[in-house]
Amino acid sequence: MLEIRDLTKAFGPLAVLRGIDLEVRPGRVTAVLGPNGAGKTTLIKCILGLTHPDGGTIHLGGEPVIGDAYRARIGYMPQIARFPGNLSAADLLAMLADLRGASADQTDDELIGLFELEPHLHKPLRTLSGGTRQKVNAVLAFRFRPALLILDEPTSGLDPVASGILKDRIIAERAAGRTVVLTSHVTSELEELTDDVVFLVEGRVAFSGPVEELLLRTGQSRLERAIAQVMRSYPVDSEAA
Amino acid sequence: MIPCTDRIRGWHIPASLRFALLIGVLTIARPGQESTAQGSETGIHVAPATALDTGIATQAVVEVSPTGAVSSIADGIRLVRPGGRVVVHAGTYREPMIVIDRPMVLEGEGWPTVDGEGDRELIRIRASGVTVRGLRLTRVGASMTEDRAAIRAMEVRDCTIVGNRFDDTYYGVYLQSTEGCSVTDNDFAGIPHASEALTGNAIHLWSTRDVEIARNRISGHRDGIYFEFVRNAVVSENVSEQNMRYGLHFMFSDSCRYDRNIFRHNGSGVAVMYTNVVTMTDNQFADNRGGAAYGLLLKEIADPVLIGNSFVGNTVALMADGATRLIVERNRFTDNGWGVRLMSSVQDGRFTSNDFSGNTFDVSTNGGSGLSAKFDGNWFADYRGYDLDRDGFGDVPHRPVRLFSILVARYETMLVLQRSLFVGLLDAAERALPSLTPAALVDPRPAMRPVAGEPTAGRSAESALRSTRVHSQPSPRAAG
Amino acid sequence: MTSTVLSSVGSSSAAPATAPHTALKVARYEISNIIRSRWLLAYCAFFFLATDALLRFGGDGGRALLSLVSVVLFVVPLMALVFGTTYLYDAREFTELLLAQPVGRGRLFTGLFLGLAVPLSLALLLGIGLPFAWHGVGDNAQMVTLAVLGGCGVALTLSFVAIAFLVAVRTEDRVRALGTAVGIWLVLTLLYDGLVLVGIALLSHYPIERPVLALMVANPIDLARVLLLLRFDAGALQGYTGAVFTQFFGGAGAAIAAGILLLWVAVPSLLGLRAFRSKDF
Repeated sequence: MLEIRDLTKAFGPLAVLRGIDLEVRPGRVTAVLGPNGAGKTTLIKCILGLTHPDGGTIHLGGEPVIGDAYRARIGYMPQIARFPGNLSAADLLAMLADLRGASADQTDDELIGLFELEPHLHKPLRTLSGGTRQKVNAVLAFRFRPALLILDEPTSGLDPVASGILKDRIIAERAAGRTVVLTSHVTSELEELTDDVVFLVEGRVAFSGPVEELLLRTGQSRLERAIAQVMRSYPVDSEAA
Repeated sequence: MIPCTDRIRGWHIPASLRFALLIGVLTIARPGQESTAQGSETGIHVAPATALDTGIATQAVVEVSPTGAVSSIADGIRLVRPGGRVVVHAGTYREPMIVIDRPMVLEGEGWPTVDGEGDRELIRIRASGVTVRGLRLTRVGASMTEDRAAIRAMEVRDCTIVGNRFDDTYYGVYLQSTEGCSVTDNDFAGIPHASEALTGNAIHLWSTRDVEIARNRISGHRDGIYFEFVRNAVVSENVSEQNMRYGLHFMFSDSCRYDRNIFRHNGSGVAVMYTNVVTMTDNQFADNRGGAAYGLLLKEIADPVLIGNSFVGNTVALMADGATRLIVERNRFTDNGWGVRLMSSVQDGRFTSNDFSGNTFDVSTNGGSGLSAKFDGNWFADYRGYDLDRDGFGDVPHRPVRLFSILVARYETMLVLQRSLFVGLLDAAERALPSLTPAALVDPRPAMRPVAGEPTAGRSAESALRSTRVHSQPSPRAAG
Repeated sequence: MTSTVLSSVGSSSAAPATAPHTALKVARYEISNIIRSRWLLAYCAFFFLATDALLRFGGDGGRALLSLVSVVLFVVPLMALVFGTTYLYDAREFTELLLAQPVGRGRLFTGLFLGLAVPLSLALLLGIGLPFAWHGVGDNAQMVTLAVLGGCGVALTLSFVAIAFLVAVRTEDRVRALGTAVGIWLVLTLLYDGLVLVGIALLSHYPIERPVLALMVANPIDLARVLLLLRFDAGALQGYTGAVFTQFFGGAGAAIAAGILLLWVAVPSLLGLRAFRSKDF
């Protein structure tokens, strides 16, 4: 689904991505993990075109990512949901539908009902709580049935009920054959959702592969412990992928 | 009437010789004879042989018409007896310069045209007591060698030039060594599209006294009204505009009055020079703009009095360069570049109850220390003081001279920084700590509201003109 | 799998199918967001109250206009700079969300620009226009002056929002960007004229009218001020030096001046756009 080759990016003297090679397989949930500053956010922004890489290639569904149109196949849920305060959630939904040229029958508004957002749809966004705004954020990512979902800390700021709804939805998306890339600090969440793990350390891929393989390699039974061990024992053999 | 010292030729000399011979021709031109010859060619005129040949001037009224028995104005004058009337009917008259040599009235009916064909003066008045009325005078060509005029009066008394139209004329009316003449209710249009060098003055007075210039409409000349060595003139309710140089220009002309005139859109405005005792009331000086344009320029003047005038939209409204005992009262200075500009050569200027508003600079000076002037009770729209005792005058003195105006006087180009924040701060600093603005130019008692009163000048002159002129109806005005 | 040089990734090239209207779509939502904001209301109210007060207590319409010119030339560039920078920083996360949609950067930038500049311009025009509509405009000449003032105000708004965007896009730190914006304002409103004034004094023996004219035209605030000066101080400007200005602006100069004001909108916009296109969020 997503193929990244030798991706490099430096901000001034600071090399953030030092040659990333990885493949995100379709119909699976891939977690991008790593300590702070490892390059997770930069990698995601490169995929979204928010940041221009210095070198390397990114292919989405076999096509190189050039221009803007490819992003019609991506749904993005940023970590921080900050919206224009005087617009309503309904305005926002309409705006993105407008920008994507998506008609009403092409959208999926199931989450609006599940999150019980209806009473809040027409209030100015600045009057909504952080949790409610995060729900709107999630709705926007899933609404246009993208082939690839990129979720940055999707459950942060959500209450346990909403968090559960969101996780169910992610699992449903996978079942429907869609691809999900997510980052998270909540390891329990990862355990529940993740098929594949990409572990970044200092701008390199420290590990990339199925969860099972990571567990096997580290000899741990739980993902959380396996992650901890990888972090401790870096550098791991990156050829393991 | 003050007797004239100049040589004046009387009317009695030629007329008395011809008197007896003219009885038979009394009826050659009848009143009521309708002329249809307006604009037609009248190069050949057939004159009544007896009268002209004998040269007897006995008729009280002579009718001149292109198709009548007397078809040239010169012949008409030859036939009329002194004190009589020559009535010129509609038509175009082209003849050598017409000399009026006896006291008489030359009167047009139906706007007859006297055409100079671009190469000569039209009428020369050489007798006292002559009235010229109701003529259209045209095509007095420009000349580099002589000041050709449509009507020139030389060394005569009591001439009256009233209700004529001058167009395409080099000089309009030229009074030279005359006394007791009047030029009223005429229109002067000048030579169209001419350069300054090829235009003359509409009303030109030289060495003349006791004259009235009133209700004329003047445009398109070099100077609208020009005086040199004139005494006791009254100039009132004229409109002088769109002239190349000055709307009014006078030098060495003492004891003259100027009331309710309008001088606007002239190349250089109005200039008053080398003169004593000038009184100007209720005039309007408007829209005279340019590098050397003044609403009113006073140069080397003693005892000028300016009351109730309006100065609107001029580059410099009032410029005083060498003025002694200058009295400026109840004038309005509105929307000018410089309201009042005083050179250090001004002595004893008194500015009382004038209104200043919308001027780029209300008052400015070249900064000299010799200047002596006194401001009292003027209204400045820019005044920011207060009136706690409610006597109608501000409790804080007003300094109408901005620091920036002193800078601009020195470095003219700085003018483009007017109304910038930087200049605003400069002026504010100077207002807080006055150091450069001259102490003489302070109004200790600035008025809180306009005090000069409503303008009367422009309106009365305009309405006077409107009521006396009916341009669509070509008939001369009744004698005034 | 073919390899592609990635430097081209994400740079705006072919826009989505809906492209021609995308900028307007973005602008539409941004405008509906901003016109409901309190600071815009305050901005509009400021001009409304100032104009109303000037008309009520400042004498006739002509004098009110005169004072208003100073207010507009002072406030509009400053507020456009401050609002412009703040707006872009406040909208940063949302801008990223929009950038993650299939929307070209150029369209998005244009949309954001119009989204701020249009409401600011409307607030200004309403703020100064309504009191005049209420109290009545004196005469035709004042009407024209009011129109010139409105036109200059809008041009300055567009220009300084563009400058603010350029600064904000190129500066990561919000406080530094705000400082830069206010610095630019100080230079263009105050320091520039101060230096011109000193320059004229020092070089007064040379024919400096034309260079000074060029300097006035080169600074958008000065250019707007001189255009208005021609309406208020025409008498003075037709003196010796001023004649250079009246001649210039009377002839082809009016078109040139309008062109240069447009350039002051276009150049910062295009520079800002270029920076926005290559920016890493």
